[in-house]
Amino acid sequence: MAAMLQSFGVASASVAASDHSIKLPAFAGHSLAVIRSEARSISSPIRGTRKTGKVATKAVAAQAANPASAASKPGHELLLFEALREGMEEEMDRDPRVCVMGEDVGHYGGSYKVTKGLAEKYGDLRVLDTPIAENSFTGMAIGAAMTGLRPIVEGMNMGFLLLAFNQISDNCGMLHYTSGGQFTIPTVIRGPGGVGRQLGAEHSQRLESYFQSIPGIQMVACSTPYNAKGLMKAAIRSENPVVLFEHVLLYNLKERIPDEEYVLSLEEAEMVRPGEHVTILTYSRMRYHVMQAAKTLVNKGYDPEVIDIRSLKPFDLYTIGNSVKKTHRVLIVEECMRTGGIGASLTAAINENFHDYLDAPIVCLSSQDVPTPYAGTLEEWTVVQPPQIVAAVEQLCQ
Amino acid sequence: MAQIIHRSTNLLKPVSVAVSATRHLTTASTTPITVETSLPFTGHNIEPPSRSVETTPQELLSFFRDMVLMRRMEIAADSLYKAKLIRGFCHLYDGQEAVAVGMEAAITKKDCIITAYRDHCIFLGRGGTLMDAFAELMGRKDGCSKGKGGSMHFYKKESGFYGGHGIVGAQVPLGIGLAFAQKYCKDENVTFSMYGDGAANQGQLFEALNMAALWDLPAILVCENNHYGMGTAEWRAAKSPSYYKRGDYVPGLKVDGMDAFAVKQACKFAKEHALKNGPIILEMDTYRYHGHSMSDPGSTYRTRDEISGVRQERDPIERIRKLILSHDLATEKELKDTEKEMRKEVDDVIAKAKESPLPDSSELFTNVYVKGFGVEAFGADRKELRAVLP
Repeated sequence: MAAMLQSFGVASASVAASDHSIKLPAFAGHSLAVIRSEARSISSPIRGTRKTGKVATKAVAAQAANPASAASKPGHELLLFEALREGMEEEMDRDPRVCVMGEDVGHYGGSYKVTKGLAEKYGDLRVLDTPIAENSFTGMAIGAAMTGLRPIVEGMNMGFLLLAFNQISDNCGMLHYTSGGQFTIPTVIRGPGGVGRQLGAEHSQRLESYFQSIPGIQMVACSTPYNAKGLMKAAIRSENPVVLFEHVLLYNLKERIPDEEYVLSLEEAEMVRPGEHVTILTYSRMRYHVMQAAKTLVNKGYDPEVIDIRSLKPFDLYTIGNSVKKTHRVLIVEECMRTGGIGASLTAAINENFHDYLDAPIVCLSSQDVPTPYAGTLEEWTVVQPPQIVAAVEQLCQ
Repeated sequence: MAQIIHRSTNLLKPVSVAVSATRHLTTASTTPITVETSLPFTGHNIEPPSRSVETTPQELLSFFRDMVLMRRMEIAADSLYKAKLIRGFCHLYDGQEAVAVGMEAAITKKDCIITAYRDHCIFLGRGGTLMDAFAELMGRKDGCSKGKGGSMHFYKKESGFYGGHGIVGAQVPLGIGLAFAQKYCKDENVTFSMYGDGAANQGQLFEALNMAALWDLPAILVCENNHYGMGTAEWRAAKSPSYYKRGDYVPGLKVDGMDAFAVKQACKFAKEHALKNGPIILEMDTYRYHGHSMSDPGSTYRTRDEISGVRQERDPIERIRKLILSHDLATEKELKDTEKEMRKEVDDVIAKAKESPLPDSSELFTNVYVKGFGVEAFGADRKELRAVLP
C-alpha cells in the first residue's frame, strides 16, 4: 500500500503519517480514497494560505507565534482559524459521521471563516446552515449524536449558546448518566467568546464560567494555531461532549505547525515558559497579556513559569501541582469575571490540594464584575492588562 | 406484539393458565377484519386517510393484552408511589394507552420514538420489560437506566426508544436530530417526537418544526393532547388549541387518541408521508385519568364527572373489548382471565423488583464521562503517547 501511495507522488513524510492515521471506522471501506483525500487536505490549506495571504482581520493584527509551541520540524504556516478548519477537515475526511451545523457555516463560510470551503467540499447536509434557533439546533445536534453521528455545533458567538443552555446542560452533559450509559453524546460545541474590540456587553461574554459546573462535559480553550488544531481534533474524536472555547481576538494569529497529523490531549495543560519564581496560570487570550508581562518581568529579574491551562474542565492538576511544588507562588490571570469564574474554581482547587506548598496566598487577576462597556478605554479597564500582571508578580514575590 | 407473549410465558405462572393462553392465541387467526375508527380524521393541508382500518384477530387480542398490561402497570405504580417505594416524580399514562399501542402497531423497531416524562407505557411498547421498568422506578440497579434515571428517564437504545426527558419540550429538537441522522444515513425510517398540549407552546417546537420542514426530515411530531398542561386547561394556555393546525405550512392530522386503530392508521399514514414529503403533525385527542403526576390529585381543575364520563364513553380498553366480543374472538370470561393474568404478572414482577439490589455506591461516578475520558493524544512524530493523567 505504501508503494502505491508513493506512486501518487505524495511526500514520504505524509505517507508515514497518513498510513497510521487511518483508524478505520467500520464503513470507511474505501481506505485508499480516504488516504488520498487526506493527503490532499493537508496540502490544500498550504496552497490556500499562499493564495489568500492577508486575510481581512476582524479585530486584531497578527501577533508573533509563540516559540514554545511551534514544532521542531518545518511545517506550514497558517492562521488560527485556518488551523481550526484544518483540524475539522481532517476529521471529516477520516470519519463520515462528523458533520458541522451552525449559523452561516455553510455557504457563507462561517462568520469567522473557520468553516470556509467545507460546504463546497462536503455538501449542504454535512455542513448545515441552520436558522437562528440555537436552542433547537443544539438539541438537534444532540439528538443526532445519540444515534451515532458526531456533530460539531458552532455558536456564532458563545454568548448565543446561553439560549441553548438547557440542551447543553441536561441533554448534552447528563444524558450519558441518566440513560445508565446507553447513549454517548460525542458532540463538539465551539465558538468564539471573550472580550473583543468594543463588541458590547452581550457579545463579550465568557461562557466558561457558566458551563463549568455542568457534569459530563469537558471544556478546553485554545490559544495558538498549534493547540487549536490539536484540540479540535481531540474534541471531535472524544466520546464525551466537549466545549471548545475560541477567542474572537485570536483568530488571526499566525504560526508554523507540523505537516504531520497530531492530536493533543484534552486534559493536559501547556508549559509555555518554564521558570522558578512564580507560577502564572492562564488560558486563551490572557496568555498573550501574560507573555507580554513576562518580558517586562524578565527584564526586572524575575523568572515566571507560565502555564496555559488549556483544559478548563477538568483542570490538569498534575502539571499545575508540579509547578506549584517548584515555585510555591501562584498567580492566576484569566478573562472570566471575578465572581464564579474559572479562576475562582482553580484557586479553590489549588488551595485544597497544594496548600502546604504555597508560600503566599494565591492571587487571581480576573475581569471586573461588570457588563463589558462599549467605550474603548472602559473596555480596557475591565480586562487584566500586562502592567497589572507585572505589579501582581512583584507583590507576590516580595 | 409477539414480545409480550414471550414475556408472559417466561415468567413463573401456573401451567394451566399458560396452556390456555397459548391455546387461545394459536386459534387466533390472521384473517383480516376491517374496523371503522370511531371518528373521521380531520386534516390540515392534507387529505386525511380513510376510516377503515385493516386488522386481524391476533392484533385485536394483542392490543387488548398490551393495553391491559400497561393499565395494570400504571395502577400498580400508583400504589407503589403511595407506599413510598417510588419517589420523586411519577407521571402516569393510564387512559392514553391507545396511543402507545396503536403507534407500535404501525411502525418497526428501527423507527425512533422520543417522548417526554410520561414514558412508562411507551417504553413497554418498545420492548422494555416490566422488570426494567419497575426496577428503575424503585431506583434499583437492574433498572433500564441502572437506577440513575428514574421515572422520567427510561431509554432503550436497541429498540429505538430515546426516552424519557424531564424538561418540557426539550425532547422535540432531539427528535428532529434523530430524524436528521436518519436522513444523513439514508435509512428509510422515521422518528416520532411526542409532546403534550402544554409543551406545544414551547418556542423550540416551532424552531424544530421549521428546520424539519426546511430540510424535509422524516420527522413526525405527535401531540398527545390530554387537554391539561398539569393544572391548566388547554383553552387557558393556548390561543389556538388546534395543535394539528399549529404547523401552518406543515400538514397536520387530528386523531381520536382513545381509539387504537385510529392511532395505528394515522401513524402508518404519517410514516408514508414523512418518508416522501417531510414532517407532519399528528394531534392525538386523548385523556389521562390520573392527575399530571402523583402529587397532583387531578380533581382541582376538572370535575370527577368529566373523568368518569370519559372513562365510560371513550376508554380505549373498553373499545377493544367491545370489538373483540362483537367479532366473537373471545368470551367475556377469557378476557377477564387475561386481565387476571396480566395483574398477576405485574404483581410477580413487582415482588421480584422489590427484592432486587440497590445500586452500588461506586455507580455514583460511573457514566458521568464515557470511560477512557477524553482521547488518546499523540504528537507530530506519532511515536509518543502522551502521559495518561491520574
